[in-house]
Amino acid sequence: MKALLSMKGYQVRRLVGRVFFGLSVFALVSPAILVFLWMLSLSLKNEVDNMSFVPVFIPNPPTLANFIEVFERNDFLTYTINSVIVSFGATGLALLLGVPAGFGIAKARAHKVAALIMIARVTPGLSYLIPLFLMFQWLGLTGSLAPLLITHLVITVPIVVWVMIGFFEGLPAELEEAALVDGATIWQAFIHIAMPLARPGIVVAMILAFIFSWNNFIFGVVLAGRATRTLPVAVYNVISFEQVSWGPLAAAALLVTLPVLLLTLLMQKEIVAGLTAGGVKGG
Amino acid sequence: MNAGAGEVRAPSTGMRGKNYARKYWPFVVPAGLVVFAVIVFPWIFTLYMSVHEWKVGGAFTFVGLDNYLRLPNDERFLGAVWRTLYFTVLSVAFPVILGVAAAVCFHRNFPLRGLARTIFILPMMATPVAIALVWTMMFHPQAGVLNYLLTSVGIPPSMWSYDSATVIPTLVLVETWQWTPLVMLIVLGGLASLPTDPFEAARIDGASAWDMFRHLTVPLVWPHIIVATVIRTIDSLKAFDLIFVISGGGPGTSSETINLYLYQTAFAFYNMGYAAAMTVVFFIIILLISLVLFSSRQQEKWQ
Repeated sequence: MKALLSMKGYQVRRLVGRVFFGLSVFALVSPAILVFLWMLSLSLKNEVDNMSFVPVFIPNPPTLANFIEVFERNDFLTYTINSVIVSFGATGLALLLGVPAGFGIAKARAHKVAALIMIARVTPGLSYLIPLFLMFQWLGLTGSLAPLLITHLVITVPIVVWVMIGFFEGLPAELEEAALVDGATIWQAFIHIAMPLARPGIVVAMILAFIFSWNNFIFGVVLAGRATRTLPVAVYNVISFEQVSWGPLAAAALLVTLPVLLLTLLMQKEIVAGLTAGGVKGG
Repeated sequence: MNAGAGEVRAPSTGMRGKNYARKYWPFVVPAGLVVFAVIVFPWIFTLYMSVHEWKVGGAFTFVGLDNYLRLPNDERFLGAVWRTLYFTVLSVAFPVILGVAAAVCFHRNFPLRGLARTIFILPMMATPVAIALVWTMMFHPQAGVLNYLLTSVGIPPSMWSYDSATVIPTLVLVETWQWTPLVMLIVLGGLASLPTDPFEAARIDGASAWDMFRHLTVPLVWPHIIVATVIRTIDSLKAFDLIFVISGGGPGTSSETINLYLYQTAFAFYNMGYAAAMTVVFFIIILLISLVLFSSRQQEKWQ
């Protein structure tokens, strides 16, 4: 009898523990879910529903008018192309430069160079902008996408180098040293042995560099002209220079961040691996 | 000769050494040149600018340390320093506490854990401007959803980012929402590397979950918590996007941090020399605070 009672007490406590744990997980993920769902809801409703005091949570009926308005009233397509050029360009260049650099630093054990990159991580993004802004003016580069692409290297190069140092240091050196003994040059060992082994690392570096370049706002807000705005700057300008209407604004915000959200959902393993290793974030 | 002694201690083959290292420099040079052009050169140029008086369109004159001497007398700058520290303390404390709790949750196995973790990290990956706009709409005192929710459960509505008394806590709320996941990931990485034996032993000895958390988990992942704290501190000191979009430093200057005042000085007033001096001081503040935090980590290691 006594044993049965204590069994029950144990089971009850376990059940309570489980319910409590389930509730905590729910409490952890719900703020993220609610904000993104609210963004979606705002983007699918008409203006009357968006501004009513008693909020309309589920769009009824949902409308795509806001998305159509975003593309009709703004040069959203131009800004999308700008963002694509800047982010892909800055990520591609960073990979081209940063993967060999990460290899070289890892192999030469040049930890001081790695520390320099950490200081770049600490520096506020604005402090690069004052000198670079003046340089671009003197060079007459303003008005093209070049200044933005060059400035985005401030974000992408350190991320790629940092992630790649970690990956190349973690690779077993035996294969590569065997190749060197057999008469391969260091360059051949890099291309044919180290690079293929480090492919997962390259993917991580690419995704993180791309996301943080795509999300960057501060460089664009200072350097971009009317025709060279990237998406985050374009969305910000919707609120500053127009009558604020929430539907199109939410639709624009959703469009800007959607590629990044999808990338995160698809590549969560790589992203988690990269972030856990470096705590990287640019700007 | 003796300088290389520390490097030669590396494991495996005897191919290491100074000559060996030199062969790898060509790999670093191209990236090094770019890093010099876009990162190191701007640092040097900022130092040079900071001892000059230069307004865009005006004369460029050497003024020595005048720009630096102006800073301690600039009320607006001093206010910005205090607001930055206030904002930083809060937006380090909340994400670190919540992030550790979240890491402990996500360390346990449960159905759909992968999906839940992915959703949890979405805020930190999302475009800051986009989410800042959504929060701004939620904060709206009349038509915002948050005040509706508050009043429907009987809590008086708040002015959120539209009042100077509540604007900084409001910004901290968004910052916490966005960056708790980063702390969680770092601490989760720490938890994954822990040995399981001490926990088994404690469980057999009948330790409660709270005791195990306090006396085992926290001390064991302490180095990771410190790293997360340093990263959060640096990022909060430099916070820009969220503040710029949600409050723009206002109402008045009530949420104007150093970074926002710096932006105003450089790109609204075009007072480049003064802004450069402010950048140097700001950078030194960030570096000092991170060094203090990091040295506390070193001491922890040696104990």
